[in-house]
Amino acid sequence: MNPKTVSYILKRILMAIFTIWVVITVTFFIMHAVPGGPFLGEKAISESAQRALEAKYGLDKPLFEQYLTYLSDIVLHFDFGPSLKQRGREVIDIITDGMKTSVKLGLIAAVIALICGTVLGSVAAIRRNKTIDKVIMVITTAFVSMPSFIMGTLLLAFFAVKLHLFPANGSTASGMVLPVVTLSLYPMAYITRLTRSSMLDVLGQDYIRTAKAKGVSGWAIIFKHALKNSLIPVITYCGPMIAGIVTGSLVVEQIFAVPGIGRAFVNSITNRDYPLIMGTTIVLAILIVVMNLVSDIMYKVVDPRISFD
Amino acid sequence: MKPRKLSLHIDVDAFIPATDQDKAYLVKMRSSSTFFKDGMKRLLKNKVALVSIIVILVVVLGCIFIPMFWPYKYDQMLGVTAGAAVDSSYANLAPFQYGATEKALIEQGTKVFPHIFGTDAAGRDYFIRVVYGTRISLGVGFFASLIVLVLGMLVGSIAGYCGGKVDMVLMRIVDVIYSLPDTLMIILLASVLKQTLGAAIEKTIFAKMGSNMLSLFIVFGALYWVSMARLIRGQILSLKEQEYVLSAQASGAKAGWIIRKHMLPNCISVIIISTALQIPSAIFTESYLSFLGLGVNAPMPSLGSLASDALNGISSYTYRLVIPALIISIIVLSLNLFGDGLRDAFDPKLNA
Repeated sequence: MNPKTVSYILKRILMAIFTIWVVITVTFFIMHAVPGGPFLGEKAISESAQRALEAKYGLDKPLFEQYLTYLSDIVLHFDFGPSLKQRGREVIDIITDGMKTSVKLGLIAAVIALICGTVLGSVAAIRRNKTIDKVIMVITTAFVSMPSFIMGTLLLAFFAVKLHLFPANGSTASGMVLPVVTLSLYPMAYITRLTRSSMLDVLGQDYIRTAKAKGVSGWAIIFKHALKNSLIPVITYCGPMIAGIVTGSLVVEQIFAVPGIGRAFVNSITNRDYPLIMGTTIVLAILIVVMNLVSDIMYKVVDPRISFD
Repeated sequence: MKPRKLSLHIDVDAFIPATDQDKAYLVKMRSSSTFFKDGMKRLLKNKVALVSIIVILVVVLGCIFIPMFWPYKYDQMLGVTAGAAVDSSYANLAPFQYGATEKALIEQGTKVFPHIFGTDAAGRDYFIRVVYGTRISLGVGFFASLIVLVLGMLVGSIAGYCGGKVDMVLMRIVDVIYSLPDTLMIILLASVLKQTLGAAIEKTIFAKMGSNMLSLFIVFGALYWVSMARLIRGQILSLKEQEYVLSAQASGAKAGWIIRKHMLPNCISVIIISTALQIPSAIFTESYLSFLGLGVNAPMPSLGSLASDALNGISSYTYRLVIPALIISIIVLSLNLFGDGLRDAFDPKLNA
């Protein structure tokens, strides 16, 4: 690896760490700007009990000291403190529990989206302006304009409620089908369009003409020469795709009652479980930032033509 | 006579009257076209964009005018009359069904306005709620984009024009906000603002709007302006090098004047296009937040909250979910297609 690549990667990692710090700080101070603190709205408690509770959760200390404790707990132990509403459970345990389901769901969705997207996109590009291309483009345009919660609810309405093909509850294996499909449709449509346009771009390049001229067969051109280069833009989309799947899973898990981290997050907002809100936000943000980092670095490493600014 | 290069003799040949053939060259075959006219012509040729703008216009006009003459109100519970017990026959009516008192009226021969989409669980006419929800979703999308436009334009043009340290600082701020996971931050901000804003805006004009909608605007304003700022900064940076800007500077024009008179008009098409494409994404986010219960305050409906409410009765009243879902998709799709059409027509460079 040349030194420019290394310095780029280092710079990018520093930027990612900085972003994560900003997320933690913003989350902390936003959540502490809520008036009355987390115990407001509960049944009336006596002054002394209130103070005892605050002491237990460290809320009686100055704000900045609380912030430093919170930050160092995360950095040193990856500890987000106890949950306020789920007695006796640590936030990090709730998050890891939810993550097990969510990561499985998200990964399957991502893989399906990547495979189907590149295949459909390549087919559309090779059969440009033919019927199959037009059909693929119309369908993907429709999918790209449909918010994931609409997609999810419609799938639920037809496949689970009307046709009874799949259970409406997403905690079982067959129940995972609909949420996975919901999560994968948008990125799949997006990747299809991305692959199509970059494949068309690549197919117009000189080296493809050269390959054709020296008599390479059609399929060999597609697989050996065109596909590899037209996948580069897809790599850059991987980061945003993970971010999209993460935010999509917030509602999709809600719709299909999947016991994942997205559902825990949404429930923590309705329950006003502040440590859990902060913890999930930070963990999901770290996930998104890291995925963006990885896809950026991959992009630069894979394509030597890209310059380093 | 052979003319000499440096002689002051007049070349008589140059003053011979023009023949008809010569004159024909100068006849204007058609009026000259402006940038705007060219763009409009390209836009009108694009059938997809044309259909989408018609759909958008129908939806916009519909949700402005229908509530004016519709006999029901969006928050009017039809089964509830003052001083009487709640008439439960109005709740959950199927499309074109009537409540008990309405049936009595029909038997007497009075005409009763039909409930096209039936009523919801609280006995409210569902059609007018959908119309209102569309109105609110469109309104939020439009104003949120406007906020994004104003903020982005302000920061972007200042950063691009001033350059140097100002640019450095502003762009680093933009970079940081840009790299934040936006949806998570929006949910976080919305859930906190929902708690705090209510008290803060009491007795101001904002109270009528509801704390949730205001927080939506704040959230959009706070997070989504960055890409607009980047775009405008890039435009300004490239325009700054043009000669006419130098000439304006030389004749003593102030920075504000140059930005207003020379820079903005020249990047206006890019700005309008990206604002047009911002509206569907704002509608998208609004309905997403409403779906999570962080959107507009009840009983005000928005398309997202209507869909979210319908989720409870999904097995018996599927249409109540499908209707708002379809409307959101149609609006977002046609706005996107129209935005693409605008871009193709007015800025062929962008599409490269």
